[in-house]
Amino acid sequence: MELEMVDRIVDRYDARSSALLAILQDIQQEANYLPQAALRQVARRLDIPLTRVVRMATFYAAFSLKPRGRFVCNVCLGTACHVRGAGRVLDQFQRTLGIGVGETTDDGLFTLQTVNCVGACALGPVVVVGEQYHREMNNRKVDRMLKSYRKQAGE
Amino acid sequence: MAPFSSTAELHAYQQALVERRDPDRTVIAVCYGTGCKASGATELIDALKKAVQEAGCSDRVSVMPTGCHGFCEGAPLVVVHPRRILYTKVKPRHAADIVNKTALAGEVIEPLLFVDPDTGNKVVHEGELPFYAHQHRLLLGRHSTTNPEEIDDYLANGGYGAWARILDEQIAPEAIIELIKKSGLRGRGGGGFPAGRKWDSCRNAPGEVHYVICNADEGDPGAFMDESVLEGNPHSVIEGMIIGAYAIGFPHSRTEGYVYIRHEYPLARHRLAIALDQAREKGLLGDNILGSGLSFDITVNRGGGAFVCGESTALMASIEGFPGEPRAKHIHTVVSGLYGMPTNLNNVETWANVPVILNMGVQAYRAIGTEHSKGTKIFSLVGKVNNTGLVEVPMGMTLKDIIFQVGGGIRNGKRFKAVQTGGPSGGCIPASLIDLPVDFDRLDEVGSMMGSGGMIVMDETTCMVEVARYFLNFLRSESCGKCSTCREGIARMYDIVEGITRGEGKPGDVELLEELAEVVREASLCALGTTAPNPVLSTIRYFAEEYRAHIEEKRCPAKQCKALITYRIIEDRCTGCTACAKICPTDAITGVKDQVHLIHQEKCIQCGSCYEVCPVDAISVE
Ligand SMILES: Cc1cc2nc3c(=O)[nH]c(=O)nc-3n(C[C@H](O)[C@H](O)[C@H](O)COP(=O)(O)O)c2cc1C
Ligand code: FES
Repeated sequence: MELEMVDRIVDRYDARSSALLAILQDIQQEANYLPQAALRQVARRLDIPLTRVVRMATFYAAFSLKPRGRFVCNVCLGTACHVRGAGRVLDQFQRTLGIGVGETTDDGLFTLQTVNCVGACALGPVVVVGEQYHREMNNRKVDRMLKSYRKQAGE
Repeated sequence: MAPFSSTAELHAYQQALVERRDPDRTVIAVCYGTGCKASGATELIDALKKAVQEAGCSDRVSVMPTGCHGFCEGAPLVVVHPRRILYTKVKPRHAADIVNKTALAGEVIEPLLFVDPDTGNKVVHEGELPFYAHQHRLLLGRHSTTNPEEIDDYLANGGYGAWARILDEQIAPEAIIELIKKSGLRGRGGGGFPAGRKWDSCRNAPGEVHYVICNADEGDPGAFMDESVLEGNPHSVIEGMIIGAYAIGFPHSRTEGYVYIRHEYPLARHRLAIALDQAREKGLLGDNILGSGLSFDITVNRGGGAFVCGESTALMASIEGFPGEPRAKHIHTVVSGLYGMPTNLNNVETWANVPVILNMGVQAYRAIGTEHSKGTKIFSLVGKVNNTGLVEVPMGMTLKDIIFQVGGGIRNGKRFKAVQTGGPSGGCIPASLIDLPVDFDRLDEVGSMMGSGGMIVMDETTCMVEVARYFLNFLRSESCGKCSTCREGIARMYDIVEGITRGEGKPGDVELLEELAEVVREASLCALGTTAPNPVLSTIRYFAEEYRAHIEEKRCPAKQCKALITYRIIEDRCTGCTACAKICPTDAITGVKDQVHLIHQEKCIQCGSCYEVCPVDAISVE
């Protein structure tokens, strides 16, 4: 991880501490997670205690302090998706990938996350992988989808 | 083009736009909200553009991505203007036909029409779709004719006209506040507080800057009204905020605007950013807007995936770069909000209503709705209903009309059981109250609330105890942890309800839940905690029998709670196709091809995969 990237992002917001949330979001977007070194650099550059940075990074669910896989699978557990069986879909991910929520497969391909709603509620259960939305998911579709991402990764 | 420096320049530009536009031009509008995008609209738009090019008709036919039309059930949707021919579930392979047959030859493609399941009739024109016919689409009405990424589309339809008229007619800020008060507009974000009164208090609070904020955090999981308004018509929100800034801070103070938008809405954020840029280019945001003396601009802040940040004080803390923990509101945010300055926070839909009210006139607006709830409300109608999507109806429409007329009834011929409104702060309303008119006060009376407009329809296969467990789990993880009653109380309530769903409920659990609910409600600081008991209390109130069955008989009547159900193979129906044995993740199903299969209960984990794949419905749940 290059600290120049952090500096570039901090400068984008004129090193304003009020922009802390946005700064962390931009870092995560580039690095795929929030590396410890980046958090330290942010604290230094904004001249605020590291604890405040860490508190932000742990308060907001959008952040990950661990490296994430190439395909981040977000299973929507919003109410609309829930009543249409999102819980079973999540179970299927856990079983098929052999990991829990917030974890990453050993091969570094998949990270499993849950999300409260992605705004496609009419099409639930919804799963978002990267920027790709998958609608009306069920156990069979989960397996098929994971297979196709594996294939994509092998190519 | 130079920015407009006066309303005269704006009017002249709009006039020229209207003259230049051919109302009869053929436009293929493709719904490109998050839902349709998730259903392949991106590929469809590409295919249509290619087909137009191949047909060499780009001078006569254009392809236009729009915001959400609302009828998500038919996604992806296409409307061919000017005749407004509606096609549903369109695939890229239909693109050439749509261009060559419909756009160029005026022919209707029968197989792409929506078939009304009640009458069997094919619907040709958008307006004839029963789903739209019973709505009153003040806010959503223009979505299928507007490209949200083109400010000219908004301007050509009279956009920013409400704001320009205020300046032309020199209507004083105080007079605007009076109009909003008279209109009866109440906040659409959940509380239903009268918008005009809030504006008034904020205007009268001293401060060198007055902040105007739009709450686009849309925390209710299962609701996407605000997302769709921002995706489909972002300028309506911007215009509302400009008028708000004028009414609240002009001329005695400086004004600044913020939109706090949910992190999970990338498309809405993208469209909003484009709209803001275009508004700035045209001089509709910035210094001395249209020569009025008002200087106002809007900054976009992204949320971080925390539900509590929708609460006003938490939202402001988040904008300041702190964790979103609510504070006590002894002093209201209209007096001391963002950075300690007077701050006016309204929801996306509230802001979008402002130009609509001023354009149609207060009298006409007040004529819509009920005595204390005026205008329309957008609902996200989802769950087990046939026509899932976004609906905008006059306040006071009954649940029955919304679910059965607009929504087309319950899916798969099942029975309507309950509808959940108000999100995690709301409650479940049972089928017996189906004739309830939906407005702020009536929903409160039955133990739910309007909330922001989520409406989740449940059928006989939804377990109400499980729904209560779901919301408690949600609230337990979203509680910021500041108040111990909220943090610990909700967690305890969750443990109890979760135990009940696992068949470990004890006599007295319901009473204990009610007691805990009382404490959480009374002793928590913000509305997350004070309303957290609602989902549990409303299900206890209306579905006591279901709690009893779980606790006393260890039975889940809806057959949802895993620990209380058994999957079996119905021998008479099983054809021995082996589909279930193949998909079973624990090898709990055995059997020879073409012979009846068997589920070994000790291995079964109730995942439901066999039930899902069985082609002959030979799996039963008991
Ligand atoms: C826990 C919690 C979450 C909230 N989430 C939202 C939200 O996502 N969107 C929203 O507009 N209002 C939300 N509210 C209500 C806001 O605090 C506030 O009342 C509202 O934005 C004011 O705008 P309005 O008067 O136009 O409705 C929430 C309130 C609480 C207590
Ligand atoms: S509830 Fe899943 S997308 Fe909204």
